[in-house]
Amino acid sequence: MAPSPHVVVIGGGSTGAGITRDLAMRGLDVTLLEQGNLTHGTTGRMHGLLHSGGRYAVSDQASATECIEENRVLRDIASHCVEMTGGLFVKRPEDTEEYFERKLSGCEECGIPADVVSREEAREIEPHLAKDIDKAISVPDGAIDPFRLVVANAASAQEHGARVETHSTVTDLVVEDDEVVGVEVDHSAGPGKRVHGTEGGTEEIRADYVVNATGAWAGRIGDMAGVDIEVRPSKGVMTIMNSRQVDTVINRCRPKGDADIIVPHETTCILGTTDEEVDDPEDYPEEQWEVDMMIETLSELVPMLQEARTIRSFWGVRPLYEPPDVGSDDPTDITRDFFLLDHEERDGLDGMTSIVGGKFTTYRMMGERISDHVCDQFGIDTDCRTADVPLPGSDDFTVLRDYMDEFGLRSPIGRRSVERLGSRADEVLKTDGPNPTVCECEGVTRAEIQDAISQSGSDLNAVRIRTRASMGNCQGGFCVHRMASELHGVSASGGSADGAAAGEYDENVARRAWDELLQERWKGQRHALWGQQLSQAMLNYALHATTQNRDNDPADGDPIDFAAFDTGSGRPGGATGADVAADGGRTDGN
Amino acid sequence: MAIESEVLVIGGGLAGLSSALAAARAGADVRLLSYKQSTLQNASGLVDLLGYTHEGDGPLTDPYDAIPDLPEEHPYRTVGVDGVREAMAMFDDVTDYRGGHTDTNALLPTHGGTVKPTARYPKGAAAGLASDDRDVLLVGLGSMVDFDAPHVAAHLEAAGVPFDARGVTIEFPGDLRADAKVTRYAKLLDTNGEVAVDGRMVGARDALADTIEPHLDGEERVGLPAILGDDHPGAVRAALGDHLGVDVFEVPMGPPSLPGLRLEDTLFEALDEAGGNFETGNPVVDYAGEDGHIEEVYIEKTGAKIPVSGDQYVLATGGLVGKGVESDREGVYEPIFDCHVPHAEDRYDWFDLEVFGDHQFARFGLPTDEQLRPLTADDDVEFDNLRAAGSILGGYDFAAEKSGSGVSIATGHAAGTTAAQEVQ
Repeated sequence: MAPSPHVVVIGGGSTGAGITRDLAMRGLDVTLLEQGNLTHGTTGRMHGLLHSGGRYAVSDQASATECIEENRVLRDIASHCVEMTGGLFVKRPEDTEEYFERKLSGCEECGIPADVVSREEAREIEPHLAKDIDKAISVPDGAIDPFRLVVANAASAQEHGARVETHSTVTDLVVEDDEVVGVEVDHSAGPGKRVHGTEGGTEEIRADYVVNATGAWAGRIGDMAGVDIEVRPSKGVMTIMNSRQVDTVINRCRPKGDADIIVPHETTCILGTTDEEVDDPEDYPEEQWEVDMMIETLSELVPMLQEARTIRSFWGVRPLYEPPDVGSDDPTDITRDFFLLDHEERDGLDGMTSIVGGKFTTYRMMGERISDHVCDQFGIDTDCRTADVPLPGSDDFTVLRDYMDEFGLRSPIGRRSVERLGSRADEVLKTDGPNPTVCECEGVTRAEIQDAISQSGSDLNAVRIRTRASMGNCQGGFCVHRMASELHGVSASGGSADGAAAGEYDENVARRAWDELLQERWKGQRHALWGQQLSQAMLNYALHATTQNRDNDPADGDPIDFAAFDTGSGRPGGATGADVAADGGRTDGN
Repeated sequence: MAIESEVLVIGGGLAGLSSALAAARAGADVRLLSYKQSTLQNASGLVDLLGYTHEGDGPLTDPYDAIPDLPEEHPYRTVGVDGVREAMAMFDDVTDYRGGHTDTNALLPTHGGTVKPTARYPKGAAAGLASDDRDVLLVGLGSMVDFDAPHVAAHLEAAGVPFDARGVTIEFPGDLRADAKVTRYAKLLDTNGEVAVDGRMVGARDALADTIEPHLDGEERVGLPAILGDDHPGAVRAALGDHLGVDVFEVPMGPPSLPGLRLEDTLFEALDEAGGNFETGNPVVDYAGEDGHIEEVYIEKTGAKIPVSGDQYVLATGGLVGKGVESDREGVYEPIFDCHVPHAEDRYDWFDLEVFGDHQFARFGLPTDEQLRPLTADDDVEFDNLRAAGSILGGYDFAAEKSGSGVSIATGHAAGTTAAQEVQ
């Protein structure tokens, strides 16, 4: 058998990670390249809905059918990333009966289990629904953690021999005789796991085939090879609430519209979304009215949202694509279907295929189709196994209860750790030293932080997406410095691709990572700065600036003339003397 | 009939306590009303006067020297340098804090590993001064995630301190839970409670010193996170210091902060000694009055509204953290008297994009006249018998300037003193 071809997959979102896992499991030699963290682009900026397909049951039945099929697959292979909350399509009096009926019959036609529930039943399931709703349709919607899912895909790919490079930007495609034969990559901190302060480098990676899975960024990769890929990026806003006002997914039962979904997620709820075409996937306005409109509109379904605490908002861009001859004006009309653009067929450029469009819920199916296509190019005939083999962490998920007992994890913190880690709980939580909680809002312990550092290097933002540390109410105010301390002194060996021993993460590396995460956590909070979250922001500011003086950290600034400051009473130029430790107190003899 | 006092102070933080204390020491009949535990539990317990100018210059060696150049709306400009000095003299008189022997700021190590300028520091922190050149051994506890001693030591060295700093991590003797609270350690050390070490029971102070001793390598001072006792911190430090033959100090910490809570206790005791009354646990929710004069305020107590009246009022309910200033999507307001809080109409102008940028929200608060009386949007006095003190005042960014405690003490002292003069 000939050596397996080397495939480069560009884009570390759900699609790229899914393709990489699939190809690696089929025995191909694959390298995944991502310019930021895994999930850096669209995947990390979605509301975490595991579609039942109900949403598309009227407008796009092909997508709806795919969704329910993949919904079942993901419950199976990614059980530790999924919470089957169930979902409701809620009809208000002003929403039409006709659409309600079409939704119901559409679900039946697509094989989506759906039942009508009365107002009373709906409000029994979700007591905070508005009193004046009419009724609802229940469907098997769920919540899924996109970070955990993509990390698990990448980990599985690595287990099957793939190379995964984050913080590595493709700067050019290598094209020879109308064929893509490789990519040029700029590593921000050297190849391998990211280490802050480590000098990066460029690398040319020769490849037999390149898959462009960069979603909204696909046009940029196309430009590098002179092919035109007309992605139409469309932005949508999502707002994170500080608690779960609802425990099932709440959809508005009406045709397309902004602000029509609430997804319960871990300790939070995520409100979504809007749909507005933008020119540039990285540079678009993020506006106050979008957040306000979403809170106002969704309050029609769940009135308490009007007064509830939000902790941040974020925007994502959909990589919408439609074939050139359709010409929709409104992004909500553009299909959510995905397209495989074989540039050999389409543009006469060999060696590369782009994938655009599509939905998170069907990422695995897209990966399968692309992998089939890539294998076809090489005449490789291997079956796809990604629908059958559980992702790391999801094997034997049924033994969760045993882990709980074994580690004495009866507290809410332990329970949450085990739920996040799934079947990896054993290897991660078995630790010799004390295992205190580092992030109190999300109940993340030292062992989980250390495990994430071993996976992702000095990048605390990558630690965040693996563990949820710093994603709760305080938005890192109480834990970012603790996370930096967890990083400090940890062995960094094994991280570098050249095999050189990398020593340990020193103070400077920890400080850079700390600064970066602090700024990243601040970024999204600005859309939630009123009421309790503004009070929290002021407290965070005070804790970092007043208590720690991090805004004037002398390690980052000019040297201080220490001798010009107070050296203590009664002892010029030196120590304060024995009275400090020994003398009595003012009132109680202390 | 309402409960009556001459001076009624609303708020039990540093500003409220300073107001009440100043008024009581001036001979007024004072009552202080405080709701929840004050934000002193969040504060390090250090008393900063001014560490950086409003333009970010610093660290300043002499805080008094920089006050006249602050912007006119800064509360320090309202009370003046002499006002600040008088207030600090009162503070020094009722506490055992250090630093009052000089106008020069001290630099103290923080639990994050930086150093910060401060004017007064608790005795327990005194041996930790960063301008002291004796080498330091920092000792952290394996389960205490807020103080990673090796990391703090490395950060201090990066900050250029004039001594060698080394950090070690130990396990606190005895079988404490991994997530034991700060107060658990403090209690154990306060009482010198027995802990099991190698099968025998040893007093916690000796057991802790025994655990630290092998790690000492000639350092003359040893720093621990601020867990060294709540009621008897001096005795705890002395016992550890005698055993180890070094000076022992505490590094101030974030919440829950024992030095902050100890300071709160000290000031309440001082208020008690000065003859002031205080009442805690219930919020002031409303007031009655007309023509710019407050007649009485109402405390909410188990659902009922209890009237309390004074001749003069001091509002010291805190800023955004203490909820003396509140906000919603429409704007920023003061919840009890609805005093005017200047703010940009567009809430996206309330903050800067950089985490440590120039945030307008940090300066939210009440504008006042020269007597600290809150002003309306038209610069009229809101109430002739209401003064404001502390973080509820606008026009300064205490976090950036490191001026929070100083402004609270100085404006509290001024408001309390003036209120007492009014009733005499």
